[in-house]
Amino acid sequence: MHITSIPSELIWAVWLLPLAAFAIISPLIRPFPGKAEPASYISIAAVSLSLGLSLWLLASVWQMPDHQLLLSGFNWLNISGGPVFNFGLLIDPLSAIMLVVVNSVSLMVQIYSRAYMRSDPGYLRYFAFISLFTASMLGLITASNLLSTFVFWELVGLSSYLLIGFWFHRPAAAAAAKKAFLVTRIGDVGFLAAILLLYSHAGTLDITTLHSLAVTGAISASVLLWATLGLFLGAMGKSGQFPLHIWLPDAMEGPTPVSALIHAATMVAAGVFLVARMYPLFEAAPHALTIVAAIGAFTAVFAATMGLVMNDIKRVLAYSTISQLGLMMLGLATGGVWVGIFYLVNHAFFKALLFLGAGSVNHATGTFDLREMGGLRIKIPWTFACFILAAVSLAGIWPLAGFFSKEGVLSSAIDKQPVLFGLAIITTFMTAFYMFRVVFLVFGGQYRGSHGPHESSKTMLIPMVLLAIPAVASGWLNANGGFERLLNGAATHGFWLGVVGVLTHPMAWISLLVVGSGIFMAYAMYIRVWISPNRVKWIFRSLYAIFTRKYWMDDFYEKLIVGNLLYHGLFQAFQWLDKVVIDGAANSVAFVTTGASRMARRIQTGQFQLYGIVAVLGIVLIALIALVRG
Amino acid sequence: MSIGLTHYLIVSAVLFSIGLYGALSRKNAIVILMCVEIMLNAANLSLVAFSRFITPDQLSGQTLAIFSIVVAAAEVSVGLAIIIALYRQRKNIDVSNINLLKW
Repeated sequence: MHITSIPSELIWAVWLLPLAAFAIISPLIRPFPGKAEPASYISIAAVSLSLGLSLWLLASVWQMPDHQLLLSGFNWLNISGGPVFNFGLLIDPLSAIMLVVVNSVSLMVQIYSRAYMRSDPGYLRYFAFISLFTASMLGLITASNLLSTFVFWELVGLSSYLLIGFWFHRPAAAAAAKKAFLVTRIGDVGFLAAILLLYSHAGTLDITTLHSLAVTGAISASVLLWATLGLFLGAMGKSGQFPLHIWLPDAMEGPTPVSALIHAATMVAAGVFLVARMYPLFEAAPHALTIVAAIGAFTAVFAATMGLVMNDIKRVLAYSTISQLGLMMLGLATGGVWVGIFYLVNHAFFKALLFLGAGSVNHATGTFDLREMGGLRIKIPWTFACFILAAVSLAGIWPLAGFFSKEGVLSSAIDKQPVLFGLAIITTFMTAFYMFRVVFLVFGGQYRGSHGPHESSKTMLIPMVLLAIPAVASGWLNANGGFERLLNGAATHGFWLGVVGVLTHPMAWISLLVVGSGIFMAYAMYIRVWISPNRVKWIFRSLYAIFTRKYWMDDFYEKLIVGNLLYHGLFQAFQWLDKVVIDGAANSVAFVTTGASRMARRIQTGQFQLYGIVAVLGIVLIALIALVRG
Repeated sequence: MSIGLTHYLIVSAVLFSIGLYGALSRKNAIVILMCVEIMLNAANLSLVAFSRFITPDQLSGQTLAIFSIVVAAAEVSVGLAIIIALYRQRKNIDVSNINLLKW
């Protein structure tokens, strides 16, 4: 079957449509602050069209012989005699796949939000921001120039700030938004430094040119190492890698559909995408990939341990996201672009579904606290069905999506980094445990709350059911190696033998065994109570304290870095410098001037005859000088 | 010995110096005004002398001197008016007391 290739004007429309929705809705916020149903139709229509176009685009890219499409766009910055910064689009399989993922998740989240945000006074503002968020992510994905990537990167940061702090009248939400903005900013410094470094050595920021320069070795290895580390620092900030992960759990203060969007497709995916986009540079840089892999694997285990003990359903999911992002980084570093992106795509669907499910549970029970739920499998059966599918997929049970992407990461990790493979296996175990801890606490046993739970409306359930389809099946995209071929040029793995054939590999059984024991342990603790959770808590009380206090990372940053180092150290030093040196210099200039003038003004006696004498003496002096010098 | 330009200029310089000395040293405002007049007349004298000896066929210096005398007359009338106003204000025309324009 041959599909007509998409015309280039429509490729621009992919990211301009949500931007247009933002431009149309945002002027309406003032006059119609509250409920204005048509606004949500505008943004949903924009993102649906955009999704349609990106599907067409993906099909076009699929059947192109070289799978690449470069739209030169226009000269954005033209510095005379110097560089030209081009604002164009780079469409390759990577960006085409990401476009489909972002648009589909965003569409589902927006439909869901129509019900979830129904009675919110900021209804219009919400849809304006979410359109901007989608547009900036789409722009980031398609940018052909590292400079415009950076612009969209910052726009993604801005819109996540706006949405995390959507309920800005809550102090916790305002603080979380600020924290997200500032922490990701630390990473952005690295990104910017990498851009400057690359520009000063390569003379261009065009992504494809940079790729070829890195492959041919035109950029020296040490430059590439520092540049990739800078890029990775940016990715660490956005994708919540240790030690810049601290903003992500706090970002739960935003509306739940926003969390779904941030955690699945837009914000945190940006970091993984950036590493994937600049992958040839990472490959050419010595040790860069090892660092990426090590930080990714460490983050995966580190975040999973905190996910074990959280009592807030959204926080468990947040730590799960951090942990999964770590696995994506590990997959990128050990298996190449396709492993990481395959994981990202699968994760996007089931994690979005989990968050939408958490929102639906919240709708039913009025809380996010796991201790006040229970027994909801009967009360909210549709939510239960969707949530458990997503949880099984995330835990990684054959034949759901999460299993296949996890196989990719595990089998490439064991080839390249056996130690990190161990960390990944531990993470797999903990992932299965904490996901099923949530499932059993929310849906198993008896209801412990006092709210009178009820199923959510169809507007919320339909997007969840639609998302459940890819959450189950997106793993089969690579059943015959198609996904890998598209991103990698060829299916090299040799491990992929179809949906069923994958089970002939021992790795599949290892991971299934680990996942199964994780689920069984959750079952034993939370359904059967063979092992009392409180007893486990008591036995491991020191570990439990460490996990619940999040390794004191927040306290470390707040007290030690912000409090002691910055506030009492650096800022005090700056204040001293300002007061003593700067003010001192200014004050002493003023003091000397007033003192000198206090003396000098005594000459002004007001006696005009004295002035006359001085003037005459002056004339005489001039006359004498003239006489002497001839 | 005929009387030449030098003699006129010496007289003019002596007059000017007397006027200057008086203007800078005396305390009575009217005396100072008179001394200023002496300086002006010294200048007029040298103007006429230069004109007479250097360009005898033109009367430019003399014309300028006439103008200067007219201006001096006007100046004297303004100056005397100021002194009268000052006297009415302070019952005194000692310039050493007129020192408000100072620090």
